[in-house]
Amino acid sequence: MADSTTEKAKEQAEPLSVMAVVAPAIGWLIPGAGHMIQKRWIRGGLLFVSIVTLFLLGLGMQGHIYKANGGDILDILGFIGNLGAGGLYILCSVMDWGQGAIAFATADYGTKFMIVAGLLNFISVADAYHIAIGKKR
Amino acid sequence: MTITLNHFGAATVFALFASIVFGITHRETTRDMVRYGLKCFAMFLGGALVAGWVMWVLRR
Repeated sequence: MADSTTEKAKEQAEPLSVMAVVAPAIGWLIPGAGHMIQKRWIRGGLLFVSIVTLFLLGLGMQGHIYKANGGDILDILGFIGNLGAGGLYILCSVMDWGQGAIAFATADYGTKFMIVAGLLNFISVADAYHIAIGKKR
Repeated sequence: MTITLNHFGAATVFALFASIVFGITHRETTRDMVRYGLKCFAMFLGGALVAGWVMWVLRR
């Protein structure tokens, strides 16, 4: 009984492969790339287009990008959401984009678009990891 | 350049892209991905429309 349980646990515990580390990392940096590197070209392309378009639309709508902060809880959550966009967030931080004051409703939509783009990329990264460890095809 | 979307346009764009990501990441087969993506899109837009009408009724 105990032996069969141990064997099952051993079967479930996959060894940590290089792909299981690389795919999520590159997927975070470039949305959809974690899927593309595992030859899921269409899925990766669709994820890339969806997340990048949502983020760029938000930027075009004069949305606000949150920087690392220790203040208001909503600002911290906004930062975490933005951080999910990976390379796009780093690019915006370097270029100092998205730092204008939110002066109209469209800009507020833009801010939410960019946060959601980051959160969607977190989901995409988790999916790339599941593919890498063989939990998903 | 500032992109301006009305509320419904913003809701549609959001629903479209979020549904694509949800469909791909939450289902295994291509058929299930498409079906789940369409379902999410309908729920997002339907929810926005219902919420809009509820607010309209409450405002009267």
